[in-house]
Amino acid sequence: MSILAKMKMQPLLSVRDLSKFYGGRIGCADVGFDLYPGEVLGIVGESGSGKSTLLSCLAGHLAPDRGEVIFDTKEGPRDTVQMAEAARRRLARTDWAYVHQNPRDGLRMGVSAGGNVGERLMAVGARHYGDIRAAAVDWLGRVEIAADRVDDRPSAFSGGMQQRLQIARNLVTGPRLVFMDEPTGGLDVSVQARLLDLLRGLVREMGLSAIIVTHDLAVVRLLADRLMVMKGGYVVEQGLTDQVLDDPQHAYTQLLVSSVLQV
Amino acid sequence: MTDQTAYNFAYLDEQTKRMIRRAILKGVAIPGYQVPFASREMPMPYGWGTGGVQVTAACLVPEDRLKVIDQGADDTTNAVSIRRFFQRTAGVEVTEATADATVIQTRHRIPETPLTEGQILVYQVPIPEPLRFLEPRETETRKMHELEDYGLMHVKLYEDISRHGQIATAYDYPVKVEGRYVMDPSPIPKFDNPKLGGNAAIQLFGAGREQRIYALPPYTQAISLDFDDYPFAASKADHSCDLCAAPDSYLDEVITDDQGSRMFVCSDTDFCASRRAAGHIGPMGAPRAGADVE
Amino acid sequence: MYVAVKGGEKAIDAAHAWLAEERRGDTSVSELSVAQIRQQLTLAVNRVMAEGSLYDPDLAALAIKQARGDLIEAIFLIRAYRTTLPRLGASTPVETAQMAVCRRISATFKDLPGGQILGPTFDYTHRLLDFKLAAEGEVPAAPTAPASLDAVPHVTAMLNRDGLIQTEAQGNATPPDLTREPMELPTTRPLRLQAITRGDEGFILSMAYSTQRGYGRTHAFVGELRIGTVAVEMDIPELGFSVEIGEVELTECETVNQFKGSKTEPPQFTRGYGLVFGQTERKAIAMSLVDRALRWKELGEDNTGAPAQDEEFVLMHADNIQATGFLEHIKLPHYVDFQAELELVRKLRREALAQAEAAE
Repeated sequence: MSILAKMKMQPLLSVRDLSKFYGGRIGCADVGFDLYPGEVLGIVGESGSGKSTLLSCLAGHLAPDRGEVIFDTKEGPRDTVQMAEAARRRLARTDWAYVHQNPRDGLRMGVSAGGNVGERLMAVGARHYGDIRAAAVDWLGRVEIAADRVDDRPSAFSGGMQQRLQIARNLVTGPRLVFMDEPTGGLDVSVQARLLDLLRGLVREMGLSAIIVTHDLAVVRLLADRLMVMKGGYVVEQGLTDQVLDDPQHAYTQLLVSSVLQV
Repeated sequence: MTDQTAYNFAYLDEQTKRMIRRAILKGVAIPGYQVPFASREMPMPYGWGTGGVQVTAACLVPEDRLKVIDQGADDTTNAVSIRRFFQRTAGVEVTEATADATVIQTRHRIPETPLTEGQILVYQVPIPEPLRFLEPRETETRKMHELEDYGLMHVKLYEDISRHGQIATAYDYPVKVEGRYVMDPSPIPKFDNPKLGGNAAIQLFGAGREQRIYALPPYTQAISLDFDDYPFAASKADHSCDLCAAPDSYLDEVITDDQGSRMFVCSDTDFCASRRAAGHIGPMGAPRAGADVE
Repeated sequence: MYVAVKGGEKAIDAAHAWLAEERRGDTSVSELSVAQIRQQLTLAVNRVMAEGSLYDPDLAALAIKQARGDLIEAIFLIRAYRTTLPRLGASTPVETAQMAVCRRISATFKDLPGGQILGPTFDYTHRLLDFKLAAEGEVPAAPTAPASLDAVPHVTAMLNRDGLIQTEAQGNATPPDLTREPMELPTTRPLRLQAITRGDEGFILSMAYSTQRGYGRTHAFVGELRIGTVAVEMDIPELGFSVEIGEVELTECETVNQFKGSKTEPPQFTRGYGLVFGQTERKAIAMSLVDRALRWKELGEDNTGAPAQDEEFVLMHADNIQATGFLEHIKLPHYVDFQAELELVRKLRREALAQAEAAE
């Protein structure tokens, strides 16, 4: 995207001075960035760096102590921190999607795969069983789950399948912003590669706007346009992904990149 | 100690009745919305119809004629007990004839005889929250109603169809009221659901233990949840009444011996008796009139 | 020939007559008087008063007699009676610091102003059946001592002087009345305490026990347990001052709980509070533990997902009158819903069998 195009465009998400404290300890502090439509932002850092706290504050799961999270809603830009919970939850089931690290947190384990994918459709008013089922089967196909598994419950699925099902469940209604918390965490390396491949395909094909938290630099290298590096609750470096990874400026980023290269 | 005669008309004191009437009026103003009310401890157990009894007590005036049914019948023990309670505490006239009653308290049925303007039908409700068995938390379900977040309700129906080929809910079948609130109609069979909507009577729902009142004012839309391609269907046993030959009433199945013999009879005792009095006799109907009456 | 079930009224009358006969039992055994129950089954009377939310030992004793000793049934009778009573006003808060104590113990200090008073407790009895009681033996009088005139200050008040324990917010606001307003969640502490003090003893006991076993642990010490009578006073607007209108026996328990401090509070002890009608110390101690566990949010503690930390779970299930009513109502007729289920199961089975046959 050219600089000019960006200037005319309204950011989808505008974060200012976001801070969250746990007693005297910093969760995350003074975080600010803009996310434009169609952009994928990666947030990396070791565990305890504040990246998960930040994501929770952005998605409205945690109340920050300070700062603004302005989302470009259909009625114009609104600070989701100040929003009534009702309005925030409406966003969560329409414009937003959230992919949890552990698929069990994002799926209804007692409901069939088809029901899981269909829930968001039904929540926004779909009332034709055949159509809902067809959409579910279509989405299962897009995440490489065989159509004959549509009536099986997620508990009968492997970890990788559960994660793909969670992605299908989230994307079926075409959300405008997707939050992902370590989407490949907890999976075998070969399964991770397949999932990454799939995610990359979906991101490009759907033009998704997404914020992905991960400790895995391979994930951001593949998916993210821009990168934020966090340490001790602060953002220490941000920029275009390739730039940050190929020419890290901050000592911590250098360490992070070199430790990956050693592997 | 207080003497029986010292109780106020219809047992509850006037202040309590006013509080309940306010809740009823709010319920009527927002059809299908569950209004919290300060349910009182009644001299009958929670679960026996304390919600319905309080609503009835708040509605009754001395000129009323009260009918009480349980499972459609006027003579089941709990119906008898509640009717006696109001005879004793309010001294109102009672009746078994649906058409003659001004207030009808019911558990689990809507009478077969169509209700008319000016009548009040009071339901006893055990669990007023249609989302309760999908989400046990009250704080959460109230939020779901506030947001019209009813996706989960349809997930349940979806799962029914994918597993059973049809919606496998036979009673307590949820309805959507005037396109807004999803409402629990109390455990009436789904056969009765079509009578909820567009009814000429005022329908009031009282849940004592759960402290909720809700209402369907006359001629309110109440649509049973379904899918376009799996429409709601009311159903009943595929028989006619063995006593009065009614082909279209809801039936109780009665086991008549231990060899598997059974018969089907109207669950609405007033409806059945009136038909027999009018000369409709089913295959096992009494050859002598009134043989089943004491 | 089928005869529809009739005669509900007759059946009910007969049942009530039989019940009355069973209540009386063998008439060759002399009848129990309400005074005997009040004097000799005091702890049962206390429980009925506490969970019935009505301080009237005579009515509680009568209820126990009428309920054939079923205490939940007796509590139910008291609650139903209580509903019909007019509400004339509210007393001023009782001063438990001025309590005329018959028992007062602290687990946190060996000795303290006002002293430790063991009082009439089962604590150190050996639980051996006393067959002398079967022979209706009279007991010798207990030794007496002159009543002490020393003040008996609260242990927590002493800790509070040093800032070692959290100060409770003072307020003159009229607390909400659980019996006059619907319970709406989230609640406030006054409402929670009301719900717990009239909650089922067994339920509150088990909830408290679960916190001790690690489900929402609060590291409680019994700072003080006191039982005794307090004066009940009421402001009389016409007089411009308050007048003593009677006295009630209460059990009060204050726990002192370890607290490491949180985001907003420095480390100090915190409190759990229990106050129950009559001599009801098991309930009062349990109440104070459950109260403390439910305070996690205001103290900035973690919600560990323990049942005793879950306000909705505890408050919605503590009332034994609600619980027993709903539990027992499943024995009422459900022919209509069952019939609907029966038809559905038949239909599903028909279709499943047809499918299986078609597949063969």
